Amino acid sequence: MAKRIEASNVSSYYGSFKAIDSVSMTVEPKTITALIGPSGCGKSTFLRSINRMHEVLPGARIEGRLTIDDQNIYDPDVDVTAVRRMIGMVFQRPNPFPTMSIYENAVAGLKLNGVKKKSLLDEAAEKSLRSANLWDEVKDRLDRPGAGLSGGQQQRLCIARTIAVEPQVVLMDEPCSALDPISTLAIEDLMFKLKDRFTIIIVTHNMQQAARVSDKTGFFSIDKTGDPGRLIEYDDTQKIFSNPSQRKTEDYITGRFG
Amino acid sequence: MGDYPSRSVNATAGDLGVTPRHAQGAGYGNSPSNYNEPPLGGGGALPKKTRFSIETGFRGLSTAAGAMVLVIIVAIAVFLISKAVPALQANNASFLTELTWFPNDTEPVFGIAALAFGTVLSSIIALIVAVPIALSIALFLSHYAPRRLATPLGFVIDLLAAVPSVVFGLWGRDVFQEPVRDFSIWLNEYFGWIPLFGGEGPFGQSIMLGGLVLAIMVLPIVTSLSREVFQQTPGMNEEAALALGATRWEMIRTAVLPYGKPGVIAAVMLGLGRALGETIALALTLSIAFKINVNLIENGGNSIAANIANAFGEANETGRGALIASGLVLFVITLVVNMTARAIIYRRREFRDSAA
Repeated sequence: MAKRIEASNVSSYYGSFKAIDSVSMTVEPKTITALIGPSGCGKSTFLRSINRMHEVLPGARIEGRLTIDDQNIYDPDVDVTAVRRMIGMVFQRPNPFPTMSIYENAVAGLKLNGVKKKSLLDEAAEKSLRSANLWDEVKDRLDRPGAGLSGGQQQRLCIARTIAVEPQVVLMDEPCSALDPISTLAIEDLMFKLKDRFTIIIVTHNMQQAARVSDKTGFFSIDKTGDPGRLIEYDDTQKIFSNPSQRKTEDYITGRFG
Repeated sequence: MGDYPSRSVNATAGDLGVTPRHAQGAGYGNSPSNYNEPPLGGGGALPKKTRFSIETGFRGLSTAAGAMVLVIIVAIAVFLISKAVPALQANNASFLTELTWFPNDTEPVFGIAALAFGTVLSSIIALIVAVPIALSIALFLSHYAPRRLATPLGFVIDLLAAVPSVVFGLWGRDVFQEPVRDFSIWLNEYFGWIPLFGGEGPFGQSIMLGGLVLAIMVLPIVTSLSREVFQQTPGMNEEAALALGATRWEMIRTAVLPYGKPGVIAAVMLGLGRALGETIALALTLSIAFKINVNLIENGGNSIAANIANAFGEANETGRGALIASGLVLFVITLVVNMTARAIIYRRREFRDSAA
């Protein structure tokens, strides 16, 4: 189910602006990797480069090599929609489809991929909503609008929608930054549970969160505005938060980042 | 917030935080160094509230403007009814079923049936032709065309909306009639067995020509409103669809079209409103006939508005009343159309309100 992601010398551009410079890292299957760093350091850009959402923006492109189990994600022959099915994504702000019910949101990905049979859809909806720890809260109102849920529930609905298509890797771009602490805790619990099935990469501004949930942590930083972001240090979470080898990392996690 | 430039211009607006005006104080243009007055936040006794402020004035102004709409609508309805009733009483035929229109005779005989039929039929043709094309153009402009192309093309479409209808009418009569006649003859030859395209001719100045001219007139309205609606689709919903592995068309089907549906319905209804009420373009392109005929390509056809334009000059007292009565029917038709559209939009309201 879960696959390995490897990045070597990945640089991402918006037009002529270089957002990240030469990032290399390997993410092992069935682990949680946290990407931390100050705003604008390119961690989200790197995340979006992994499932080729980066190139949705006009003028955006990358250099370098990104692979999933040794297959080149950016191979010109590769179907980009297949990449995105394989590498799902949860966004910063909960974004359920406003015109769809809870049920329709949960199975939206399956419907997009041509699943029509009602029994299959019902089964997948229940399974993904259960996996997202949302089933008990919504099972009696599946036909209600998805956007009518609370923020935390919406975000779990978005996670359900993402995992319903059974991806290999789940990318999360600050999934808790718009949520209250209780909903955040619910999402973190969920991540632990999902770790058994998926490779998870999460961008977060919350260092406690990175320390709590992740196996490995990557620290991104920029020297000054306009410079590309770089991966400063990438190591076991334990080591990053107790004994980082880079001075910049230490400054950041102890709050002395200037 | 995000580390990448947001796709939606609106999405970044919230990040700007305080506007310069607020940063200065509460908007009296004080420079921060002016400390002679007490601070805006208070100090001393609580001041009395102002009784007659700009606040009250503007509130009254906007209430009056809102009430004026109602007054105008009621005034129009009263005008139409008061003029129509005497003429209807003088009518020697059933107004709703009679086909002919002789209200100026000493024994007036007139009915709305043929006119209403022509009005609705020409508008339906216009919508059937215009809406698919308009939606395709709107989607092309909002989601496919590169910006360099979309901006000038959108401008040209808006320009089309500014062409006066009399120009469309003259163009339809003198230029567009030729190809439509040729096309009608071709249709008649191969599809004459369908009642819509049967008949003996002559062809050309037909309800089809009128409908097609209307379609061209409706096209820019529907296009530019739909484009506007499609562009407002939240970027994060489009991204959600793409991240699930949707192709661009699938993304449009999943995120853009459902989101834009109420807006598109409103746009189509506005277009229909224009088609139903269009006067001079139809008066110029149709060759007048007072009958109910499903044949689209033979000369003939008429519409309520075109008939008013054609007949008003020679009408006597009863004739004018009869024309006003027909205007009343047009008023009712557009009202029904608009209310239907509202009902359709209202039905899915719950799904939109929670989207905000």
